[in-house]
Amino acid sequence: MPSSVSMPIEQAGAAPRAVAGRQYRRFGLYERIQHAGMMFAFIGCALSGLPLLFPYTGWARAIAGLMGGFEGAALVHRACAVLMAAVFFAHILHFLWRGLAAGSLLTVLWGPNSLVPQWKDVLDIRDHMKYFLGKGPRPQFDRYTYWEKFDYMAVFWGMFIIGGSGLVLWFAEELSPWLPGWAFNVATLVHGHEALLAVGFIFTIHFFNGHVRPEKFPMDMVIFTGRVSEHELREERPLEYERLRREGRLAAIETTPPAAGAVAFGRVIGGTALVLGIITVFLILFGLFTG
Amino acid sequence: MKAAALLRALFLVLALGLASAAGARTAAAPKKEAPPADPNETCLMCHTDASAKGAGGKSIAVDTAVFGQSVHGEMQLKCVDCHSDVSADKLPHPEKLQPAACSNCHEDAVKLYTTTAHGTALKEGKTAAATCHDCHGTHDIKRVKDPTSKTAFVNIEATCGACHGSDKIVEQAHLPGGNVQARYHDSIHNQLVEGKTVYNRAAPTCTSCHGTHNIQPKSEPDSRVARAHVPDTCGGCHQREKTVFQKGMHGQLQQAGSAAAPVCSDCHGAHSIHRASTPAWQNEVVGACGNCHDDFITSFRHTYHGKVTTMGFGKVATCASCHGAHDIRPASDPLSMVSPENRLATCRNCHPKAGPRFVTWDPHPRPKDKGHDLVLYWTNIFMEVLLAGVFLFFGLHTVLWAYRSLKNRFSGAGRGH
Repeated sequence: MPSSVSMPIEQAGAAPRAVAGRQYRRFGLYERIQHAGMMFAFIGCALSGLPLLFPYTGWARAIAGLMGGFEGAALVHRACAVLMAAVFFAHILHFLWRGLAAGSLLTVLWGPNSLVPQWKDVLDIRDHMKYFLGKGPRPQFDRYTYWEKFDYMAVFWGMFIIGGSGLVLWFAEELSPWLPGWAFNVATLVHGHEALLAVGFIFTIHFFNGHVRPEKFPMDMVIFTGRVSEHELREERPLEYERLRREGRLAAIETTPPAAGAVAFGRVIGGTALVLGIITVFLILFGLFTG
Repeated sequence: MKAAALLRALFLVLALGLASAAGARTAAAPKKEAPPADPNETCLMCHTDASAKGAGGKSIAVDTAVFGQSVHGEMQLKCVDCHSDVSADKLPHPEKLQPAACSNCHEDAVKLYTTTAHGTALKEGKTAAATCHDCHGTHDIKRVKDPTSKTAFVNIEATCGACHGSDKIVEQAHLPGGNVQARYHDSIHNQLVEGKTVYNRAAPTCTSCHGTHNIQPKSEPDSRVARAHVPDTCGGCHQREKTVFQKGMHGQLQQAGSAAAPVCSDCHGAHSIHRASTPAWQNEVVGACGNCHDDFITSFRHTYHGKVTTMGFGKVATCASCHGAHDIRPASDPLSMVSPENRLATCRNCHPKAGPRFVTWDPHPRPKDKGHDLVLYWTNIFMEVLLAGVFLFFGLHTVLWAYRSLKNRFSGAGRGH
């Protein structure tokens, strides 16, 4: 065994991490609430909608039955969809407000603090893959990595695709004077495929990248507590750390260690989401292979 | 020795003759002083003893009380009327006797029986085949109208079920249709027979459809349940449905002699008929339509209607909601529910706010059929490529990342973020 000094801090357990050095704020309360709302709405939509993609399985009948049949499932689905849309619009407003507060939307649309993919992300993908294969060093990431940007942009794209097609299906009768008949079959197909893409992606790739990969196992608490340790920030996002240090803004985002209650809350909520998501993946696989 | 036998026979004939004469007179003149002698006294000398057994160890006892209450007992039939191969001058009679000769009186019924399903099976040596006593009983035969009769309306299910409801007999004798009683038992027909609704007097039991002595397998052209006769058999009660059916496409085909045309039982089942208003049955019937219209069911399953019904929930449209039931007509027929004239009204049965363009929606989409709907076809390809691309790239990305992280961890080479 290597000496404990070279071990990742996470390996030493939660307690040392909570007290190890300085803590910096990565996500504000508003962003954490957005993620929690999105998480709740997403899982609600997934559980109430997936039965329709695999209607021939016993689990589909059981889940829809628990919601009170297809009408109950539709109600849950639409309630969660409304919540998701609310989160989305709140996010857009927040985004605009941040941009205007900073004097220009460009600060949130471009540069190191933006979630918009940039040329560096393409290089990072290449370098990260090289690193996986042992053919290069680990790339230096800034505030948002390329996989985080993909998660974000995928949700953004999904909002239009799944939200638009969902509205068409929800208000089919009302829209029928304007929309051609084929639009409803296209909406059905797109809604289902996009749902499978989103659910499959979030419950496998996002869970791995964000949470269950060995460095984070079982969960990364940052989205629940909003905090990262100085060690984590320097290791994972050295460019951001350097930038903040250079600009003298580190002190401004230094914060207290997460409260034990917040951590426990995050563990329970996040853990439940993880377990539900992983079960869902197995249900989907079962559905795909028995269909 | 010979003289003694002769004497005994003479006595017997005399006694029987006297007894029957006395019996006949009893009804007319009840004041006759001497009680009538039992015409079956001679037989009963041996057969009343409850413990009497034949050479094979089988009881040969006849319960005179039971026989007395039977229709034949009421008529004061003599044992030898049925067991006509027993002769009074040859007693004791041989151990093995011919079966009771029902045809002595019931000539027509027996003649019919011997030419139909049970009778021909028996002739072919299939000993499991039901003969007279299997359905009617032996010494306890009662009138059909007697509620305790084996052939009473309410008891037919159990009588036929003795064989057609026994998994063991069904399997051993290869009875056609399997355990049909089990299926019939929960049917709407039997629920009516069992008096669960007020219409039970008209409710059908086995014999209502299959007949009695003339039961024939459905493969026989003159069977009541042969395909060609099913609409008439069901129509015996369901006259309105029969009339409507005969005007529809299925009925027209059937009357034209098409072997592929469905009859009542193809959609409703034969024995396990359910009330058409139950959601469970409305979902089941989709499968029945699919027996012939498989490709339309596959395309129907691409829609919300098809998905919800696959899950087993009712209330959304199934085949019959749009196409009708007994009077299904081609879309080219102006009377069809899906004709251009009627289509919007059909949609509006469930979607009251549907506008005129609503009917341009295809309820049988085929995303993989290029010639069907080009937009849907290319959308499907786009979505499939998108899904495959994302999962392939990130699947590979994840596997490689996991490999690197685990390798770092176990070699202690540092952190593998």
